[in-house]
This record gives sequence, C-alpha cells and structure tokens, in this order.
Amino acid sequence: MGKRYFQPEIETMPVEQIKELQNERLVKQVQHVWDNVPYYRKKMEEKGVTPADIKSTADLHKLPFLTKDDLRDAYPYGLLGKPKKDCVRIQSTSGTTGRRVVAFYTQHDIDLWEDCCARAIVAAGGSDEDVVQVAYGYGLFTGGPGLNGGSHKVGSLTVPMSSGNTDRQIQFMVDMESTILCCTPSYAAYLGEAIEEKGYRNQIKLKAGIFGAEAWTEEMRQEIQNKLGIKAYDIYGLTETSGPGVSFECEEQTGMHINEDHFLAEIINPETGEVLPEGEKGELVFTSLTKEAFPLLRYRTKDLCVLTRKPCSCGRTHIKMSKPLGRSDDMLIIRGVNVFPSQIETVLLNEGMTPNYQIIVDRVNNTDTFDINVEMSQEMFSDSLGKVAEKEKQLVASLKAMLGIQAKVHLVEPKSITRSEGKAVRIIDKRKLYG
Amino acid sequence: MTVKQISVFIENKVGGLATITDVLAQAGVNIRALSIADTSDFGILRLIVDDVFKAGNALRENGHIYSITDVLAVAGDDKPGSIARIVATLAKEGIGMDYAYAFFAKKENLAYMIVRVEEMDKAAKALRENGIHLAGEEEIARL
Ligand SMILES: [Zn+2]
Repeated sequence: MGKRYFQPEIETMPVEQIKELQNERLVKQVQHVWDNVPYYRKKMEEKGVTPADIKSTADLHKLPFLTKDDLRDAYPYGLLGKPKKDCVRIQSTSGTTGRRVVAFYTQHDIDLWEDCCARAIVAAGGSDEDVVQVAYGYGLFTGGPGLNGGSHKVGSLTVPMSSGNTDRQIQFMVDMESTILCCTPSYAAYLGEAIEEKGYRNQIKLKAGIFGAEAWTEEMRQEIQNKLGIKAYDIYGLTETSGPGVSFECEEQTGMHINEDHFLAEIINPETGEVLPEGEKGELVFTSLTKEAFPLLRYRTKDLCVLTRKPCSCGRTHIKMSKPLGRSDDMLIIRGVNVFPSQIETVLLNEGMTPNYQIIVDRVNNTDTFDINVEMSQEMFSDSLGKVAEKEKQLVASLKAMLGIQAKVHLVEPKSITRSEGKAVRIIDKRKLYG
Repeated sequence: MTVKQISVFIENKVGGLATITDVLAQAGVNIRALSIADTSDFGILRLIVDDVFKAGNALRENGHIYSITDVLAVAGDDKPGSIARIVATLAKEGIGMDYAYAFFAKKENLAYMIVRVEEMDKAAKALRENGIHLAGEEEIARL
C-alpha cells in the first residue's frame, strides 16, 4: 500500500507554519539575489528597494517583476545566482532564438525539483509498486527529466520512453504493465486513440496519468479518462521555475496544489501589475524561494488563473491554483475580438470531434484572416459529402456562437497538425512577422 | 447483390490523392474504379478495389480515415444506350441516385456502373427484373 503523501510533514503543514516558512525563505532569497544577481539588483535599485525593505511576504509587492523580456536581455548567464562551476545542468524551452528560455540548476535545485515531481506522482496514487512510463520528451525539455527524477524518488519502476514512436509506447505499456503515464495531454489523447484503434484497450494496466506542459480543458480530461480508463491528473510548471511540479493535482481534481515551500504565488492584474485578492482571476506570478542557480523573483508567467485556499479533502494545506484559464499572450485579438484557443477546444469536444486543431491568423489588406484547421476524425466522416459538409457547417456555426466572430474551417488529414516535442502547435500568427 | 466500396477522406490539396493511391500501391491493392467528390476544401475519394480488407488495413495503418459502403455494380454491354438503360430503369421505379460513376473492363468488354441509392434492395430487384446484370465481389475481384 502506497503512501498518501511524499513529504507529509510539508504537504500537510498548517497554513500559519507555511507562511512562517515562506517569510523566512523570502528574506533569505532576496538577500541571495541582491548579492549574486547584478541584473536584478539593478532593477531593485531603480525601484528604490533594498533587502532591508523585505521583511515578510507582505512586502513582496515592493519587488520589481521579471518577464520573459528580462530573460532574453539577460541571456544566457545574466540571471545566474551561483557561479557556473556550482551549476550542474541546464534545461531549455524549444522556442526560437530570442524566445528560448534557458534555466540553470545546482545539484540541490535538481534535488528539490525532483521532490516536487515525486509529490505529484504520489498524489496520483503512485508508489514503489508502480511502473511509471515517462513519455514526455527527454533532453532540454523539462518534462522528461523532471518526471523521471520524481519517479526515481518515489521508487517506482521508471520507463524512460521519451516522446513519440507510438507503436513502441504501446508495446512497452502492454509488456511492462505500466500503471502511470506521464506525457502531454495531447499526446495522451493521441495514445488513447491509437490504443483503441489497435485494439489494445484490454491489455493495458494504466490506472493514472500525469499530464502537463500545455493547456487542456475539463472536456479533454473526460475524453482521456474514458479512452484510457484512468484518472487523469494535471501538473503545472515552467522551465523558468524549474519545470513540471510547481503545482499538481490531488485526487479531488479541483485545482493544483502549489508547492508553497518552494514557490510563492501571486495573482496580479496583467494590465496594471496590481496584486489581486485570493479568488480573483489574473496573471500568475511566481517567486522561487529555494532555487540557488536560477532564483527568479516575481516572475510573470502570462498564465491567467485563480488561487484558492479552501480546505482540500486530500489533507494537503498548500494553496490551489485553477487550471490556467488562458494565457495573456496566447490570447489572440482577431478583428478586435479576444479569442482563447481553449474555447475552440471546448467547441470541438462538444461537437464530438477530436480536439486536434490549429489556428492560423494572418492580415490581408488590413483585415485579419482567421482559419482553423481541424483534423478529420472517424466520428465526423461518412461516405456522404453532404453529411460531412453539414457537420462542417454546424462546427462553423458553433464556433461563431462561442467566439463571436466567423472562422474559416478546414478539415485536414488526421495527425497532420505539426507537433513539437509532443506538443501540438496550436497557433500560427503570421501577423507578427510584419508587426 | 452488392459490392463494397471504400470511401476515403482527402484534403483538397495538391498530392492529396497521390498519398492515398501510393498507400494502396505499396500494399499491392489494385484499383478498379475511382471517383472523387469534393467541396472547396475537402473531398471523398471513392474506390472499388480488388481486396477491400487489405486496402482498409493499409489505410488505417497509415492514419487515414475511411468508411466502407455497399454499392451496386451494374454491368452493361460496351455499346451506346447501355448506361441509359440502367438509369431509365431506376428512374421508372422512382429511385434517386446519391451518386454514380462508371468504368470499363476491357477484357470482358463490359461497362460497369457503380451506383449508390437510398433503396438498395428495391433498385437491385428492379434492375434484375429488367434483365440487367449485377456484379458481385468475386466478379469485380477477377477483373
Ligand atoms: Zn488536495
């Protein structure tokens, strides 16, 4: 029988004690950054703040924000908090030059990161009895290394598959009797389809999945749970803050517990930067309390979500964040209307289609064009051109109702939408090239 | 008597058709007849092949979406008026066609018309009663 918590004394610590711990760690961390990261020290000086001004988390709002632009300006070593000789690893996002994020780790940083991932695995019901198949990409991407390390800490038998090669994934899943799958939700949905198609549904032993690194909706969770016969858990993180494991879902599946001993979360108004009270929707901002090599303070994630400290039935006391409800930079403004990719996903699932789509926005003769490629699915196809065209028309109408603007829908071959490290490329905004 | 037709989803773009015919060629499937119905951005490729099972497997393995439909394969002599006679027979019974396409079998000197109607049984009966030959799977496979 497995444990309920990976680190019970921390995960169920009384809230007052967590806050004490955060105060103590924040003061120390601000001093560490002031002493070792001239880039941020300069930002503090410009704002007229010194470490003496930060006595507890109540003073957090005095500190300047960090954004992706800062990461680009300071690239590659400008935000290092430790000498290079003390760092043992880098991880990076797949972004193109200028948008790529490179993060650094000491051995201590990796150790704490893996603890966070281990907490997520245990919360999903994992123990040393489990076989954990990690189908996130390995390498620079944080997904594979993070869950791999967490799985080792739990003592689970780890299957380091990396992403892709679906036939081999299924074969290992069947042969090794994998019980927990870790990958992106879009890859999980894709695996679910492939398993069903190949008739392996009765031969897999999966009980749970830990899916993150991209936004997914409740509808998609239902679809994955049904297809794979598992409980699907969300996990959150970004390369800037170490990778997956910043927060994770428990069996309640009503939000992700933030590992508050390591990360201090705030919600701000993305336009004004003002801190919003608990329960309000805004941009998520993280302060890393324990990272040595890449100690980001008040890093703006661009993810829009809500925080809540309502008691959770799992017994964990750490604050919960909602699934990101959109990204302040993923939000597209098309012909003056706000469009969130998650809205499109919801419509597709409501219409009984697979949520594999790609948005293409361009500007022709000063007018935005809005095209959505949707992968054809068995459910939507029939021998009658009229029936397929009818379903396409219905989809266009539902999208118009949801988004408020007209999109041109194109039905495309299954599995033809570009995937990068298992992540579907959802948005191609060609307007930026000329902006 | 009916034959099985494979209908495959294709994108309306250059090379869309070739992708499918390549998959079938690789699998050693012979295409007897082919027709495309399309809108401005997608199409349905309808195929009569010598081995439906093999074709279906090859398409699925390559990630294509398809369905199988029963159609009538109506044989007529390769001479003027034979297709007109088939069409007239169905019209007289008030049977509307969803779609139809034809192909020519050189060896047998026959023209085959592939017909899909709502009322398959009624159509088959009417054609037979008018002395029109309906081909089955085996006959098509032998061509
Ligand atoms: Zn909980």
